[in-house]
Amino acid sequence: MTHVVVDPVTRIEGHLRIEAEVDGGQVQDAWSSSTMFRGIELILKGRDPRDAWAFTQRICGVCTTVHAIASIRAVENAIGARPPPNARILRNLIIAAQCIQDHVIHFYHLHALDWVDVVSALSGDPAKTSALAQSISDWPLSSTQYFTGVKTRLKDFVDRGQLGPFANAYWGHPAYKLPPEVNLLAVAHYLEALDWQREFIKIHAILGGKNPHLQSFLVGGMATPVDPNSQASLNIGTIDALRALTAKGRDFVNRVYLPDVLAVASFYKDWAGYGAGAGNYLVYGEYPENDSANPPLFLPSGVIRNRDLSKVLSVDPGRITESVKHSWYDYSGGDDKPLPPAQGETRPKYTGPEPPYERLNLTDKYSWLKSPRYDGEPMEVGPLARMLVAYASGHKRVHELVDTALGQLKVGPEALFSTLGRIAARCIETVVLAEKIDDWIGALAANMGAGDLRIQDTAKWDPSTWPKEAFGAGFHEAPRGALGHWVHVKDGAIANYQCIVPSTWNGGPRDQAGKRGPYEASLLRTPVADPTKPLEILRTVHSFDPCMACGVHVVDAKRRPLAEVRTP
Amino acid sequence: MSTGEGWLVGELRRRGVSRRDFILFCGGIASMFALPSSAATKIAAALSKAKKPILVWLEFQDCCGNTESFLRASAPTAGEVILDLLSLDYHETVMAAAGSQAEAALDGVVKTNKGEYLCVVEGSIPTGANGAYCTIGGRSALAIAREVCGGAAATIAMGTCATYGGLPAAAPNPTGALGVADAVPGVKNLINLSACPANAANLVALVSYYLTFKRWPPVDSVGRPLFAYGKTIHDNCERRAHFDQSQYVEAWGDEGHRNGYCLFKMGCKGPVTHQNCPTVRWNEGTNWPIGCGHPCIGCAEPDFWDKMTPFYRHLPDVEGFGISAPVDTVGMWVVGGTAAAFGAHSVLKMAQHRLATGKGPTTEAPPPPPEQPRTPATGGKP
Repeated sequence: MTHVVVDPVTRIEGHLRIEAEVDGGQVQDAWSSSTMFRGIELILKGRDPRDAWAFTQRICGVCTTVHAIASIRAVENAIGARPPPNARILRNLIIAAQCIQDHVIHFYHLHALDWVDVVSALSGDPAKTSALAQSISDWPLSSTQYFTGVKTRLKDFVDRGQLGPFANAYWGHPAYKLPPEVNLLAVAHYLEALDWQREFIKIHAILGGKNPHLQSFLVGGMATPVDPNSQASLNIGTIDALRALTAKGRDFVNRVYLPDVLAVASFYKDWAGYGAGAGNYLVYGEYPENDSANPPLFLPSGVIRNRDLSKVLSVDPGRITESVKHSWYDYSGGDDKPLPPAQGETRPKYTGPEPPYERLNLTDKYSWLKSPRYDGEPMEVGPLARMLVAYASGHKRVHELVDTALGQLKVGPEALFSTLGRIAARCIETVVLAEKIDDWIGALAANMGAGDLRIQDTAKWDPSTWPKEAFGAGFHEAPRGALGHWVHVKDGAIANYQCIVPSTWNGGPRDQAGKRGPYEASLLRTPVADPTKPLEILRTVHSFDPCMACGVHVVDAKRRPLAEVRTP
Repeated sequence: MSTGEGWLVGELRRRGVSRRDFILFCGGIASMFALPSSAATKIAAALSKAKKPILVWLEFQDCCGNTESFLRASAPTAGEVILDLLSLDYHETVMAAAGSQAEAALDGVVKTNKGEYLCVVEGSIPTGANGAYCTIGGRSALAIAREVCGGAAATIAMGTCATYGGLPAAAPNPTGALGVADAVPGVKNLINLSACPANAANLVALVSYYLTFKRWPPVDSVGRPLFAYGKTIHDNCERRAHFDQSQYVEAWGDEGHRNGYCLFKMGCKGPVTHQNCPTVRWNEGTNWPIGCGHPCIGCAEPDFWDKMTPFYRHLPDVEGFGISAPVDTVGMWVVGGTAAAFGAHSVLKMAQHRLATGKGPTTEAPPPPPEQPRTPATGGKP
């Protein structure tokens, strides 16, 4: 038995440590630990609830926007503010743009190097790479000369002897299976995607002033004025600029990202058999399509249990609890009893080894993440959960794309419950959103054309219009999955604030019953060819797109019970 | 340029500078220092051997926002920086290696390039719980910062968390978070690039400045380069004319808002915030927060999470901000507890002081983190 420690897990957001027992070339057991804590919910206490979005947005700069969205929804829910249609549409645009950009960055810049051997790309034949590229896509950057240029640039880089961020990696590892030409193609697209993301995210600069950390959110609406007859507002010129950006974005997604994922996946089909994880999936749903209290959602909410795609259960937030049995917090009533968010309490209490340390005490507490459970079970959240719920709910376009991908790879639906399934689901979601996003641009144009220039619920801006005491919840599908914020507003100030975020669901430690969190469960039986180079562990952990800064949160120990919250 | 030529010559050629031009350039340098013409080839040889400067990028209590900002850089692009201009030997979010191999890369830089590498720090450094609030590879952020910043030729604290403690240090600062200057006192050649996040355009300009002149540019009283923080948002704001004519946004989406009126009454902190947002803008000049209709939140200033909040309450009409136009009903600011908090704050003093003295570069240390917890009552009664 070899004990493997991967710390830091790189190419993620935040600080994650994985420990694993490896025996017989396989992971026998695994532990996921988050090693950073800030206490943002404590900082929020006593502040103006209208400011909260700016604070919570800084929980994460990779998934910038997501905690701002959940926060304004929670406060709106508490004080009874109703964002007008323009605000709903602007938010949908911002959320979709974030998801598209984030997924592409994840594949090329955070995940690809687990599958693509950069050194092998040096021996790729540019002519053969060109032929390969043209066989899978009509993307124009595909000539022999183009790939010769990429190869020369890469060779010059390596010859200079300073490998920078590519030094010390697992190049030549036996788990790398791609032919040199596919590696060269992927390196070219790694660089193209770096340029692409910078351009595409200008959608956020237009709608939010800047990216990262957009600055146009408001409780009750958005701060971006809409007026077809003003040069200081979103107008028809802006609509055209947005359409140009989404068209270019869609082009790259359809002609580069999707073909690349299918090409790379075809060499790693064995990874459809690893990384299954918890087998339960939770989705709050996203993209409200009208302004009613319970609007239809473009991507539906739902729960799938035990990989059973024949049943999609409705989401009941009342079934959520959190355990701190293995987290560096304690509960006043003892750590063996998990608590629902309504009665939750969190008191940070570090009991781990004093740094510097070699090993965590894995039988005791070992993470700054808590362990959220739904009906007492660990749930996976994120693109795979969303695509499974959409697929099982009969979402037409998701169904088509999933079936096409499965057909091309010649695998059945069971292949979805895997490391490879997460990669495919993320890509399919990107395609679906890149197609859909222009509908919202059109809706915005139509709405301003019809003379509706409202962007915010001005009647609820002044705190004197709010109830003396109110509770609210805001739900959002972040790129990495189901996100919930809960707020207690009293006398115009935040009395309490809590977030339960995607990477807490996925990356949390064991609970009081000893049930592993999804990262931990997904690593079981993962092959490890060389325990000193645990490339395979990175593959599965990265397939979740960990975002650890998001995962760690704390609420006040003296919080009051939260009222019943609306079902998302 | 694969062999026999160093990084610089290769880069120059890629950018259209021939070897002959390069030798001529070196001849120019030689004559500038009154050296014989034969020195030109020596200088050329020395420059040609130059390795790419090494950059290590540390992330502590961060949100990765400054890394994301760096990825939006355009002149040069992040790709050019990573492949061509610098050797990014350690950056957790970008690097291929993980675990012990990643730590070995950092260790290698610190041991073999001591005093030569550049360091960027993103995120605050927690001092509570003996460092357990942020560990990487089992080591505390503080221990890593001491070692890595301590051995660097120069360090850039990027973003308001790394410069002044930022969000984690906001009251009640649950983890004892500090910026680099306070957590690692005495670290040499430290420069602060604040804002949440800092603008990639300013990072790139700062690094270029350093690589060209081998020193940092002049800074203000809180350690920020004057080229990016020498004026207030208000000084260069595109809505300034509306302020001067007392044309204000009064409600979100009103006629004034739609026509780009001044956001002062909606809480804009532009008059007391020093940064070049209005001129450099964001995302290759596409837009900036005030351009999209939202007030400035003052994110480049120390302790802005405490001192600039509530964000939607407007500044007091006090002489010394450099704004004298009439603003009606400012009483609530002056009477409330916030007025006391704000009035006592260094931002105000700093702004007044600057206006009074036209103060140039200094070497003053940044102010210490807030010692007194916020009064909760001021947060919720605008």
